[in-house]
Amino acid sequence: MMCRTGQQQEPHEADEAESSRGAFAALLEDSAEELYENAPCGYLSTLMDGTIAKINATLLGWLGLDREAVVGRMRFTDLLTVGGRLYHETHFAPMLQMQGEISGIALEIKQSGGGRIPVLVSSSVKHGSTGEPLLIRTTVFDARQRRAYEEELLRGRKAAEEARRQSEADRARLQDALAVLQQSLLPDILPVLPGVETAASYHTASPDRLGGDFYDVFPLDGKRFGFFLGDVCGKGPQAAAVTSLTRYTLRTAALHDPDPVTALTTLNKVLHERYAAGSGDPRYCTVVFGTLEPDPDTGQVAVRIASGGHPPAIVTRADGTADFLPTPGGLLVGVLPSAQFTAATTTLAPGDTLLLYTDGITEARTGPDRTSLYGDQALLSFASDHAGKPASALIEALTALLQRFGDGLDDDTALLALGAPTAGHRTRSSR
Amino acid sequence: MDIARRNNVAVTGNPQGRTVVLAHGFGCDQNMWRLTLPALAEDYRLVLFDYVGCGRSDTTAFSAERYATLEGYARDVVEVSEALDLRDAVFVGHSVSAMIGVLAAAMAPERIGAHVMIAPSPHYLDDDDYRGGFSADDIDELLASLESNYLGWSAAMAPVIMGNADRPELGEELTDSFCATDPDMARVFARTTFLSDSRKDLRSVTVPTLVLECTQDVIAPREVGAFVHAAIPGSRLVTLDATGHCPHLSAPDATNTAILNFLAALS
Repeated sequence: MMCRTGQQQEPHEADEAESSRGAFAALLEDSAEELYENAPCGYLSTLMDGTIAKINATLLGWLGLDREAVVGRMRFTDLLTVGGRLYHETHFAPMLQMQGEISGIALEIKQSGGGRIPVLVSSSVKHGSTGEPLLIRTTVFDARQRRAYEEELLRGRKAAEEARRQSEADRARLQDALAVLQQSLLPDILPVLPGVETAASYHTASPDRLGGDFYDVFPLDGKRFGFFLGDVCGKGPQAAAVTSLTRYTLRTAALHDPDPVTALTTLNKVLHERYAAGSGDPRYCTVVFGTLEPDPDTGQVAVRIASGGHPPAIVTRADGTADFLPTPGGLLVGVLPSAQFTAATTTLAPGDTLLLYTDGITEARTGPDRTSLYGDQALLSFASDHAGKPASALIEALTALLQRFGDGLDDDTALLALGAPTAGHRTRSSR
Repeated sequence: MDIARRNNVAVTGNPQGRTVVLAHGFGCDQNMWRLTLPALAEDYRLVLFDYVGCGRSDTTAFSAERYATLEGYARDVVEVSEALDLRDAVFVGHSVSAMIGVLAAAMAPERIGAHVMIAPSPHYLDDDDYRGGFSADDIDELLASLESNYLGWSAAMAPVIMGNADRPELGEELTDSFCATDPDMARVFARTTFLSDSRKDLRSVTVPTLVLECTQDVIAPREVGAFVHAAIPGSRLVTLDATGHCPHLSAPDATNTAILNFLAALS
């Protein structure tokens, strides 16, 4: 260990400093030319047409070419692979011409032995005193290490893209399957009922999930027709299973005894036995069930309905008014072993329409920040604005309204309108 | 659909003059015409646009299926012509755009009354006696080059290309971005371009046509220029003393003079 004892330098220390200064000076002597030739990157100067005017030893070494074979004889693009030449002509050269410089472009240079070296190329145009372009200066960096890494990134990116495509395809398949299943829970087309105009619409909030809303219209006994519309609690495959059971139970029950209270009582019993009592997994629904009896002589339609916990139906009248048709006391269907349902009746005169809906529409979020609910009164008021119109026109208007809700509509919505047609609209149905 | 927005259409020059459509080729966008505009603007009405997937076009309108053939790009030309109701316009197409112009004229003959083809090539691959200059492997190499310059694009260029009006600090980078393209869309355009074969379509050209070629052009060598000239009866061939594939950039004066002479002779 050396111990300094004072300011005075030891003689050999002074010698060392002197020689290091000398080495540094020698390095500086080495200077421009030496640095240019043997820098750890390739240097290249070309005329504006690409003819190589100057090239350093490093780059010649990479290329495996003699200076005489290159200078004045080759163009920059001659050093590139054909693909690289195409890239140069279509991207590199135009950008260089327009911007005067370009940097960090990945290309490959050909070696005389047949090999290739991935490089990163930057160029700038040297201009003369009057601004005219004189020559192009180019630096070429060895990018072998970097390129290997980038290729891994590219492979990773491709794998990720492939996975994304696959998952999108899977999602599309799932949506197709769900759409088919969903359709199977709804009537294909509404039957043509003599003396009644029918129209329906189903709005799916999410294509990824089976909705739990349902409706149906069907003939009973030649002069009467049954209909129902409801909403199963929950979504997804389980809800779809309940929907399916509900549909077939109501249809079968109605054929046995079309009285609405009886049909709902039967449904309540079946659902409760199957789920709440059967598997300890209570599942229930809200539903309006009813019958229609058109009178061909008067054009009137007698309606008898019962409701199990479902929002009240709306009746629009030919005179331009609209009202709820209350069905008091109805309980959710499937919760309790026995439930009481009461019936309500009304008569549709020509131009009157009975509208059934699920709460997707009344619970749509509206307002600038989507915080208020659309509500029962707004729906009633909307319906009265369209009172007197045919059932199909009412459904069209409501469908447009649903679309206007946009992403404020986050639940499925089923709509069913049953109208006593005016003389000009007899026996039309649409969906 | 708003075609003018989709294709980033710009109309400039003399509103009274005959309409000249300037169509960029593969690799860049309408900025390629920067040195052409001043020469033509005084006497001609100039229409510039970007093909969908290039420049500042609406990239959401891109479809890999539609743009898998040159007809897809030709429909861009026809739709732009219809949107502006062009009649008898002069179509100046660089590189592959010259062939796109031929296809567009076949679809809507009333729209295009003359062609100026800058460094055109109807077929890039070698094929029996035909020398297009490239093999299928070469084209794969180009696609690899596009991929290699992918990473830089995504990171640096994407935000600029997407046009973030709310981030003005990106404006400075704009000069670097104007030939940058979404690599996926560039790959489609490259494949469509370099695998196309429009040799037979040249026969359908009956309107006055100027073919401009360069003395040294690896993409469209002089044999190809001669082929195009021979295939279009009555066409005029001018060989520019220029190197590379973009004479309108590398030799703008000679290119502009040749175009102006041709345009003057039309009227």
